[in-house]
Amino acid sequence: MLSEAVREILKHKANEIRKDVVRMLAIAGSGHTAGSLGMADVFTLLYFYILKHKPEKPNWEGRDRLILSNGHICPVLYATMAHAGYFDIEELWTLRKFGSRLQGHPHREFLPGIETSSGPLGSGLSQALGMAIADRMDFGNQSGRFFYCIMGDGELNEGQVWEAVLHAGKEKLHNLIAIIDRNDIQIDGYTHEVMPLEPLKDKWESFNWHVQEVDGHDFDALHGAIDLAKNVNNKPSVLIAVTVPGKGVKEIERKPEWHGKPPNKEEARRFLMELEKDF
Amino acid sequence: MLNKHLNLNPKLFDSDVEQAPLRDGFGKGLVKAAEINEKVVGLCADVTESVRMHWFAQKFPDRFIQTGVTEQHMASCASGIAAMGKIPFISSYAMFNGGRNWEQIRTTICYNDVPVKIAGSHSGLSVGPDGGTHQALEDMALMRVIPRMEVVAPCDALEAEKATVAIANTKNPSYLRLAREQTPVITTADTPFEIGKSVILWDNTAQVDCIENRKPPTKNSRNSRVAIIACGTMVHKALVAGRELASRGFGVIVVNNHTIKPLDKSTLLNVASKVDFVITAESHQIYGGLGGAIAELLSENMPKRMAFIGVRDKFGQSGTGEELFKHYKMTHVDMVNAAITFAEG
Repeated sequence: MLSEAVREILKHKANEIRKDVVRMLAIAGSGHTAGSLGMADVFTLLYFYILKHKPEKPNWEGRDRLILSNGHICPVLYATMAHAGYFDIEELWTLRKFGSRLQGHPHREFLPGIETSSGPLGSGLSQALGMAIADRMDFGNQSGRFFYCIMGDGELNEGQVWEAVLHAGKEKLHNLIAIIDRNDIQIDGYTHEVMPLEPLKDKWESFNWHVQEVDGHDFDALHGAIDLAKNVNNKPSVLIAVTVPGKGVKEIERKPEWHGKPPNKEEARRFLMELEKDF
Repeated sequence: MLNKHLNLNPKLFDSDVEQAPLRDGFGKGLVKAAEINEKVVGLCADVTESVRMHWFAQKFPDRFIQTGVTEQHMASCASGIAAMGKIPFISSYAMFNGGRNWEQIRTTICYNDVPVKIAGSHSGLSVGPDGGTHQALEDMALMRVIPRMEVVAPCDALEAEKATVAIANTKNPSYLRLAREQTPVITTADTPFEIGKSVILWDNTAQVDCIENRKPPTKNSRNSRVAIIACGTMVHKALVAGRELASRGFGVIVVNNHTIKPLDKSTLLNVASKVDFVITAESHQIYGGLGGAIAELLSENMPKRMAFIGVRDKFGQSGTGEELFKHYKMTHVDMVNAAITFAEG
């Protein structure tokens, strides 16, 4: 259990991050709103409570690695990193602009702290798995580093994901933790209509993963699940984090049409007022 | 005249010249590279012995990763391994490793800027009986077009061994083009090899120019100087063609252009400046591979008439290598004929 004080701090941070996501997307004029808002709680917990990292020293060898596989939700990654101290919040307003380190989809070459360039779906888990194997080659089970891979649920349509799921099960990588944003939307509609994934838990279990379904907005539940995942021996772990796309802005919640569009100036003002009021 | 400074195999024109597959050179080179550098690791997609990675796997079992038939995953997995400071070699047949996993190579390896080394075996027409599905004739074009990627197509097993050791030392991603079949050994252990350095194997242009009142090879003797620029398994055929043309009075330069990217611009432009006509030869589509690269270089800097020896916008099919090279007009005779046709222009 998190303490009441920690929980409040995390809630506050997540709300600030959501507001900046709305601001940066409105300024950019393009980008992905629903998933970015939906994953704000997961990112906040990871960057402010779970990850072993040093924002002032982003290439610190001992850091945990966070691999964002569904790169299109990078606004929430950038906003969280800025709040965590990787760079100034002012830089968020350069999202998607020429010369910006905040590319429309993340690019590791431009921005220290980004572990992998991503956007094309389905390849993040393979990369996280490769890192986890390399870590085991060098340190056995002793490095203490964990390799987190954040994925979308629509992304699970990609065949490569299941190649990696198969391989991770074979390698029994205890240091690999996948977190699926189970928000049930993708570009063309609801995932249960575009390409049904259920029974999702059974699928991953049958590939020899340790699977937990968890409320992606409940800090205590998320924290408990990640804690448990870190203590599973001889198996990779996956959290199916059930989230509400567009979380925090009622008028866009659970609406697939908000997968890939930004708010205009007027909508942004409305969204920000709601986020302000509700908090 | 064969270049005496290269310590080439003295038997290279003999009918009983030693033969070895390029993939064997890769297998030996990988063991060497791994002995030199403990960061070298190997991944294979279920064709370990076939691509000759089994020698490495036997010697360094803790550094070998069997990925099963997952070429796309293998490429991205290697990207992650490289991000942790290692030098992963990924291997399978060129059609799948370089072909099927192209986007993973582009984004997770090259865009990510990590030094993954891609070994594409069984490339070209000469994989023969397996047929068109397995004859990678597009791989050099696919790899060459990606920023940062180095593309190396060694001419024989010994050069493949040296190339394997060499690419382990570069910071860039690399594509190493290999072949399955027996290939004449042109070089020796003492033949120099450097990535990005084209090799002039044969040059008799000076001698031809010196001979006064020489008998012109054709009616139009002004067009009697020709360069044949080849890579991979076509280099031996290019040498045989070069010797044949020289015996007919042509001034010929034969280049082993083992590095398709980065191109050795100064050597190639220097070669082009000495000839009237340039022939490229590759076991690949004529579009986008070696011929395309040379044409781009020359047309920007020193336009020359060219002939392209390679597969002309067709798929391969089953057959022996010999039958296929004949069918697709890719023998040494076709190179000789290209030069004569030009000279008679």
